Amino acid sequence: MAKITFITSDDETITLEGTSGSVMALAVDNGIKGIDGDCGGVCSCATCHVHVLPEHVSKTGTASEIETDMLELDDDADEFSRLCCQLEITEALDGVVLRVAK
Amino acid sequence: MKNSEFNDPFEEARVNQGFGEMDDQNDPVTMLLRHKDVRKGAHDWKTFQSGAVPGRIVIPSEVNIRTTRQIPFEVDPPQHKDFRAILDPWFKRPLEEEYQAKLKEQISALVDEVLAKDSVDVISEFSLKLQSRALTLLLNTPYEEADLWISWGTHVFRSEGEALDGAKAAILYDYIDGRIDEAIAKPGEDLYSVLLNAVVDGKKLTKEEVKGVMILTFAGGRDTVINAVSNSIAYFTEHPKSLDRLRAEPEIRNKAIEELIRYFAPLTQMGRVATTDTAVCEHAIKADTRASLCWASANRDATVFENPNELVLDRKMNPHLSFGFGTHNCLGATHARTIMKIVVEVLTEKVSTMEIVSAEENIEDLGDFKRKVGFHRLQVKFN
Repeated sequence: MAKITFITSDDETITLEGTSGSVMALAVDNGIKGIDGDCGGVCSCATCHVHVLPEHVSKTGTASEIETDMLELDDDADEFSRLCCQLEITEALDGVVLRVAK
Repeated sequence: MKNSEFNDPFEEARVNQGFGEMDDQNDPVTMLLRHKDVRKGAHDWKTFQSGAVPGRIVIPSEVNIRTTRQIPFEVDPPQHKDFRAILDPWFKRPLEEEYQAKLKEQISALVDEVLAKDSVDVISEFSLKLQSRALTLLLNTPYEEADLWISWGTHVFRSEGEALDGAKAAILYDYIDGRIDEAIAKPGEDLYSVLLNAVVDGKKLTKEEVKGVMILTFAGGRDTVINAVSNSIAYFTEHPKSLDRLRAEPEIRNKAIEELIRYFAPLTQMGRVATTDTAVCEHAIKADTRASLCWASANRDATVFENPNELVLDRKMNPHLSFGFGTHNCLGATHARTIMKIVVEVLTEKVSTMEIVSAEENIEDLGDFKRKVGFHRLQVKFN
């Protein structure tokens, strides 16, 4: 079980609990604004972009090359950017705070 | 070679030089072939514009058969963003439960129809009907309207043997004009009426702008959806275990659909017009000449995809470009993905196996390259 907090672009804070699957799927199932997950999680659409709050980066680890290439062309991307379809829910994520990019 | 095997004609050029060249009605095209370049090109709308003369970014060019600008497809930011803002919510309706229930009803009925026959041509008797009927949901128009669209045949713009047929295009344009006039006289809840009421940049859309959106909606989702569905059926036919696997493991269906869409890349490429002198892979592209973003080639780039020429049903990382990339990504992608999802759902529920009786390939002639994009005819027996 992991508690995951999203801060949307209109500054709403929502904390969800998940046990498995991707963070994107959890967000989409709970209607988190700004996370669409159009491609269902295969890293093709970049519609699940989040910024990991700097103090939580150790929980998410680093992005793969494919993910980094994808983010490279996103105008809102920075060093804390992730595509949350690539974040698998495990205990390690517990307490993470993500700011939705869109 | 199996019918469902689609070769990659771009490999050598992609690896060795990174670009290809083709002529198109004396307005030549430099084709970007590498995944990275295609994505960058799609992202850089300032250098590679869509808002050129209407029809010029399409390959083959439609400059000689069309003056109406397709919207938002042939409009660049910042105006493009305003159009997408009003269109995106409408084109996301396929995510709604009720929409999917209706689509499932349509597709189930169609599968029952083909199961009852000895064999059918998947192109004209399955995919064309499926695409046309599903379009009534996207437009929110009466189901019966599909009969007329089906009667137009598989290509709205093209007829057999002729890449560009102005007379055929006029059928669509006249039809859309008529429907817009009807919606003006008697507004309803269909896409025509919604567009006629929409406001962009403080102004109501003009009739010409509404027509531009409607032409795009009709033309953009026709061959592409028909190819995606038909080619996938060819694949399931020749790989019966894949259908069994999708039956047993519903959790991989989403990955399988993205992979089918990557592998078949129903739209080979889309053009742009360079606004300034630029270069790709050290090849000069002069201002006011055409470049193309070759999605089909990018999707087979071995620097990005492991075993790119293999259809891996549960491929995890799949940054394919079949729906384009960046600002101008496919407006109809949600509708297309939903169609594929329900096709897979219904086939796994109702069909045990399928057999190809005969097939006639549809090969695109792209200068140095010949690419199979689908079938002219695909006779299949559904069991």
